[in-house]
Order: sequence, then C-alpha cells, then structure tokens
Amino acid sequence: MDQESFTKALLDAGQPVPDGVTSARGEADAARFAVYRNNVAVSLSKALSQRFPVVQRLVGDDFFNGMARAFIATTLPDSPLMFAYGDSFPDFITGFTPAAALPYLADTARLEAQWTRAYHAADVSPLAVEALAAIAPERLGNTTLVPHPAAALVRSNYSIGTIWQAHQGDEVSVQTVMAPESIVITRPDIVVQVHVIAEADAVFAAALLRGDSIGEATAAAFETDPAFDFGHAMVGLVSLGMFAGVTDQ
Amino acid sequence: MTFAIDGAGALPVRAGLGLKPEHLDEILTTEPDIGFFEVHAENYMGDGGAPHRALAEIVARYPLSLHGVGLSIGAERPLDKAHLARLKALVERYRPQSLSEHLAWSTHESGFLNDLLPLPYTKQTLERVSAHVDEVQQTVGRHMLLENPSTYILFEDSTIDEIDFLDAIAERTGCGLLLDVNNVMVSAVNHQLDAFAYVDRFPVERVGEIHLAGYDETVDGAGDRLLIDAHNSTVADDVFSLYRHTIGRTGPVPTLIEWDNDVPAFAVLLAEATRAEAVLDEAAQRRNASFARRA
Repeated sequence: MDQESFTKALLDAGQPVPDGVTSARGEADAARFAVYRNNVAVSLSKALSQRFPVVQRLVGDDFFNGMARAFIATTLPDSPLMFAYGDSFPDFITGFTPAAALPYLADTARLEAQWTRAYHAADVSPLAVEALAAIAPERLGNTTLVPHPAAALVRSNYSIGTIWQAHQGDEVSVQTVMAPESIVITRPDIVVQVHVIAEADAVFAAALLRGDSIGEATAAAFETDPAFDFGHAMVGLVSLGMFAGVTDQ
Repeated sequence: MTFAIDGAGALPVRAGLGLKPEHLDEILTTEPDIGFFEVHAENYMGDGGAPHRALAEIVARYPLSLHGVGLSIGAERPLDKAHLARLKALVERYRPQSLSEHLAWSTHESGFLNDLLPLPYTKQTLERVSAHVDEVQQTVGRHMLLENPSTYILFEDSTIDEIDFLDAIAERTGCGLLLDVNNVMVSAVNHQLDAFAYVDRFPVERVGEIHLAGYDETVDGAGDRLLIDAHNSTVADDVFSLYRHTIGRTGPVPTLIEWDNDVPAFAVLLAEATRAEAVLDEAAQRRNASFARRA
C-alpha cells in the first residue's frame, strides 16, 4: 500500500478499496474504507461551512454540501490551516452553473472570505485620525497610506453588504434591493467590522489600498462623483481602521 | 537528549478539557477549577486576532496542552517545513506544558486531506516516522507525545504490532506517548482485539497524557461492529471502564476530555472532567496509602 493509491481511492468513490487494505476477517471491506472517504468529505465541507455561513444560509444545507463537495473535488486545502481553506471558493461559485440563479452568491462568498482573513490578520494599531491631521496640508496630496493587514474592500454589482448584514441574526429579513454595493472590512482591534460605503468613497479607498497617493485617489473619486466629500471619506476610512501608517510623502 | 524548553514544566496530574471558542466567555468569567486546557495547534496559526487574544487569556490562568492535528508525521513525503516553523513559533509564544501529535498522515501531493489516515507498521514506516518525530523535536526544541490512532482498516503489509511500533519510536526518539483510551476501544472493537489486553501491554512508563472521548457505532459490510472515533458525546461506559483499568496500571496521568463535534454546554464538559478526576484522585489516594504502608 502506498499513500498515492490510498489517496486516489479516498478522493474517488468510484474506485475500489486500494490493494493491501484488509480487515480482521482477512478481506477488504468497502464500508470500512468509506469511513475515511466520508471523514475527508465531511470535514472539508464543514470547514467551508464555517468560513461561508451566509452562503450556506442563502442556498440551504443540501445545496451547500453539494457545491462544497464539487469544490473539494477540484481543490484540496494547500495547508493544514482550515480557516484558510476556500480562498478560491468564490471564483468556483462564479462558474458553478447550478448557482447561476443567485448571481450575488459569489460576491457574498468574497465578502466572507475577506472577513476570515481580517479575523486572523496580524494585530496592528490602525492609523489614528490625529496622525493624519498632523500632516502638513501642502504635503497631503503626495502622501500614500499603508493598508492595515485586516483591511479589504469588496465591490459588487449586488447589495451583498445588506444581504450579509441581514443574515447575521437568527431571523432573516428578506432583502429585495439589488443595487451595486461596496463593502469595507476592517479590524481596528479584535472585532471584525463590515461597512457599506458610497461608490465614490469606494473608488477612493480602492486607489489608496493599491498605493496611489491621496491626491491621485481624490482625483479618481471626483471623476466618479463630482460631489465626492474628501474630508468625510478620508476621516471615515481612517476611523474605520483602514490604514496602519503613512509612508514618506 | 534533553531540550531546554522541556523545563516549561509538565501538565498537572488532573483532568483537562478541550478549549472551544463558544465556551471562552464563560471560562474567563467563572474561571472553573480545571487542570488544564488543550487546543488544536492549527487553530492558532493565524497571524493575530481573537484566537490569540483568547489563548493568551487562557495561558495566563491555566496550563496548556498543544495538540497538533496537521503535521502528517506518518506521511511518505517529507514534513512541511513551513508548518513546522509555525508550530515552533506557537510553542515559543505560549510555552505549553505538553506538545502532542498523531501516529497518522493527512498530507499528500494533491493537498491536505484533513483526516488522520492510517499507515502500515513496517521496518520502513518505523524508520520514517522515527525520523519525522526526531525532526519535530529537533526543530521545536522539546519532546513531544505521539498518540495511538483509531483505525477502521488493517494493512496486509503490516509486520509490526502497533504497541511495539509506538514503543520503538519512543525508544529511538525519546518522545513520550499519548494514550487515547477511546482510540484503544475503537481500534480493538474494529479489529476484534481485546482492548484491556492492549492496555496491559502498553508501555505505561512512557505515557504523558491520556485522552477520553465518545464514539459512534455502526456495522461494516460483513455486519461486524464498527466504532467511529466521533468526539461528539460523553465517554462511553466501556471506555470509562477501560480508563479505570488504564489508570490502575499507569497511576494518575493528566487526562483530557475531547469533545469536538456537537459541542454541548460547558457544564456538560465540566461534569465529564469531574468524573475523570475522581478516578485520578482515587488512584492518587491508593498510591499514597501504599507509600504509607511501606514507610
């Protein structure tokens, strides 16, 4: 028995029990080998349900388990850290035909994947509003900001922030709003925070997260919406804990 | 060989519980009189956030047993260096009183399979597992305990008895053994062996910790009893009897209640710990009485 053939049989229920496997009766027993097959499928499916609980609630347990098993067949975890399993699950959902009737499902999964990353991100004090205020006004335009390790921005054509929020309690209020939404995820201390922000603010945040200067990010936001309120957006994002520091202007 | 970090001290000879996030607030508020807490190392290998905050609070109040489930010590492939480095960092950060892993494999070229898979016991696998245990101990800088597995199948290739296999690894590497009494019952029933005879042959002087848990029961294709290592219920009566028998041989040993699925209210776990601790207390009294007679 080598672990190569054992693994192949483990991952394909159509395969017979691998050679060399036996029992106290002196013969292979499919029901015994199936315990291992089941353990792998159930434990990986459970890991996904723990990371994507809102996706699971949106589609129900049976559909979720079927989708999870289809994903597991294409992608095994690349490390023993189960909380990191499923980084590519949102992309898989995008191409999963049976879920096509729920076009917001993949982006909801993207939000949940980022939530877990934020939950486990390094402990770093966020940039304080005072530190931003201390920058000389004439240097502000050329300043770039260091993203906080927990910070993420998820932009969607669907109201996934509203959907996510509606599924946090036991009772779900039905959401019919299907408008684009952008969500900021931060963890200024220990609790992960999820906020829906305005479109121009999201353009501003996206530019800052990719390393554009505050001046460049502001110009991009104004292009999206001439009514963009720089002060409100800047202080808002910093207050949410989006940044860890200021780089040299 | 001795390692500097072994000086972090041993687990108290009491009952301990697996730490479950849903119980954290209650534990920190009520500070129950528990001997130690055990955590799965992999759940604390993120960079920061709530898991580390919680573990720091626990370590400030209780001894810690760090129990790995992902090292894949029994794999044919080399150990994952990145994972070993994460384990080393965790040991250095929290200085657990015990470090343990399984005689099993879970990693293959295609990925991590998230189950404790069995291996045949041969001269070749003995060499390999011993080398892996040695590598873990050298890297982390302390001794570890190796746990006996629960298994559902046997291998035609196996030429070495499981106890002899574990004993030989311990002899070669200096590691201790973690005796999972539920695993003994599960494997014994599944392979139609005598669980009490297994315990009677086990090298008790090497046992640094005992695990107890609940099992599920089904039948195999031939209709024979098949026990599943489920960690989802109270310790079964036959396992608890085997535990009393085990403690009769080992004397008092730190004992963990494992309950990882369908986790109940904390009070239920506490009651299980109390039940195990009564067995440890009786054994300690017997031993003291026997010392007193000799003195």
